[in-house]
Amino acid sequence: MSGTSESQPLAIDVRGIRRVYNVKPTPVVALQGVDLAVEPGEFFGLLGPNGAGKTTLIKILTTLLLPSAGTAHIFGFDVERQTKQIRRIMNMVAGGEQSGYGILTVREQLWMFSQFYGLPSKDGWRRVDELVEAVGLGEQKEQRVSTLSTGQRQKMNFARGLLNDPWIFFLDEPTLGLDVSAARSVRELVLAWKAAVPGRTVLLTTHYMAEADELCDRIAIVDHGRILALGTPDELKKRVQRESVFRLELDRLEGGTAALKRLPGVLSAVAAAAQDESRDRQTVEVNLTLEDDAVLGTVVGALAGIGSHILALRKSEPSLEDVFVELVGRGFDEEPTDGDTPEPPAPDLTPDPRDTAHEPGEREEEEALI
Amino acid sequence: MSSAFVYRPTASPQEAANWSRRQIIATDLRTIVGRAYPRVTGLFREKSWVFFEVLLPFLATSAFVFVYRAVQAPPEYIGFVVLGGAMTAFWLNVIWMMAQQLWWEKSQGNLELYFAAPMNIMSVLFGMAFGGFVMSSTRAVAVLVVASALYGVSFAVDQWFLLIGVFFLTLAALYGLGMVLASLFLMWGREAWHLTQFLVEPVYFVSGLNFPIARLGILGSVAIALLPLAVGLDAMRQLAFADAAYPLGTPSPEIEALILVAMTVVFLLLARWTLRVLERLARKEGRLSIRWQ
Repeated sequence: MSGTSESQPLAIDVRGIRRVYNVKPTPVVALQGVDLAVEPGEFFGLLGPNGAGKTTLIKILTTLLLPSAGTAHIFGFDVERQTKQIRRIMNMVAGGEQSGYGILTVREQLWMFSQFYGLPSKDGWRRVDELVEAVGLGEQKEQRVSTLSTGQRQKMNFARGLLNDPWIFFLDEPTLGLDVSAARSVRELVLAWKAAVPGRTVLLTTHYMAEADELCDRIAIVDHGRILALGTPDELKKRVQRESVFRLELDRLEGGTAALKRLPGVLSAVAAAAQDESRDRQTVEVNLTLEDDAVLGTVVGALAGIGSHILALRKSEPSLEDVFVELVGRGFDEEPTDGDTPEPPAPDLTPDPRDTAHEPGEREEEEALI
Repeated sequence: MSSAFVYRPTASPQEAANWSRRQIIATDLRTIVGRAYPRVTGLFREKSWVFFEVLLPFLATSAFVFVYRAVQAPPEYIGFVVLGGAMTAFWLNVIWMMAQQLWWEKSQGNLELYFAAPMNIMSVLFGMAFGGFVMSSTRAVAVLVVASALYGVSFAVDQWFLLIGVFFLTLAALYGLGMVLASLFLMWGREAWHLTQFLVEPVYFVSGLNFPIARLGILGSVAIALLPLAVGLDAMRQLAFADAAYPLGTPSPEIEALILVAMTVVFLLLARWTLRVLERLARKEGRLSIRWQ
């Protein structure tokens, strides 16, 4: 057993994992000595571009692939030797999954998989009925699998992944290829499941920044088989956030932005007139860069002093893509430059044309109401 | 909503991972039923099989019937070819839906889900075999009944138990061979399709599906020693047409039954071994997923 304590092993304990694919003409190093510790109950994300090694790591953890070197344990069970134990407590769903048999109905397909996990037949049917309702496939349960839409199919896959009530759930790019609405449904399902069973652990791999940001307690940013950074989404963003950027909407600003620029801790203040059509009045928008968040109090006080009312205030935060760019020196969609490790030739590591990640450097805005 | 997400509350992952021997066996048995389900269901859901797998084999069998009639062969030869035509269903099922199946499962993305599940993967193969047996039996019976009625085949059976026993032993050995081939074909990857095509017609020939295998001489003896279909069909012909002037040169049905028992044991052990080797190799080389291949 390995873990934080004797009674409570880590959900995922990876030490020095290295994976080399012996392909011609040159072996491909997919993982280069990865260390990872995920606590039970955590929602952990592996974020990285295609070819980063995320799927290779998830396949090792799901006992489908052996590491070339290093060790990995799931709740204390060795992925090399204790595969049966791990398979009893985990499940997995991958994006674009086309598993099963099109000739079966949704109910039948899920029941078939329930048998692989040893559910008694009647229990299996009952559980399938509960799960198809829970994932919103009640109306499609007697429909043949071959007739499902991509989004419905992924919901069915999600139900399949929950049949055995897994203690650890591996989600490998679960929203890949889904439209916005279907992807949101899948994310909501994941969150609903996680809320219903708080002790369960999720390992999500994704190259969608917003998805990782929305779902994960902690994130590891991976590229070329290495973990480049690890932390909560906020911690990671703070690594690249050297100042605080706010956007203020004011009813008026006597004396212009000069009054704000004079305040201590204000690095810059740029005004832009804005017409509030709904209220038929002129407002002023100011982009404010501060040394840190604490300076905002001074600004608010000063605005009150000159009779300006704040109509809205938004804080601009860096995105996880900004973090990636800062760490790697290129965006998710950009090809590696000379000196980078070459992309593995394996198809499971090749770029996906459906990648809809944000543009490099794009900033996400988080609204704070006052 | 939460109740749907929790199946059987367990206190810890360690408790959930700790299965009793009974649980393990029950899961393997349920897997057999679960994996057989799509095949049995498909039998009733896709009616097109009547055309492709009853009518077409029936026509092929009929061609030989007319040839034998034209050359005035002994009447029991009509029975030999009808029995061979019925058994064709099982060979086709083994070669297309057993040997190729793991490769197909891999291309569909099912294979990694099978390996990621806690059951013994052999039970998946048994499930495929059981489902395939039900599918093919229906087809075989259809061909046998229709052709026997149409061409006036009369059976003369003295040892019913032995005939039934040989039939099931033939299927056990045949599906055992299918299990071995399933792992081998998966290892050979993309060549599986060509291998299937390569095996179909030669096995038809050396198994003597349309003529008594004794006519093949030494080649027939080799086939009896290696191919379940050859030895099983030969024994069944001897038993189903006891009063016929059967060509000499092959062992008695009792000996052939023993050969089938030996084949069944060897093929099942070999299947278990190849599956283990396959899993180890696949985990080592990353071959369980189509995305790597």
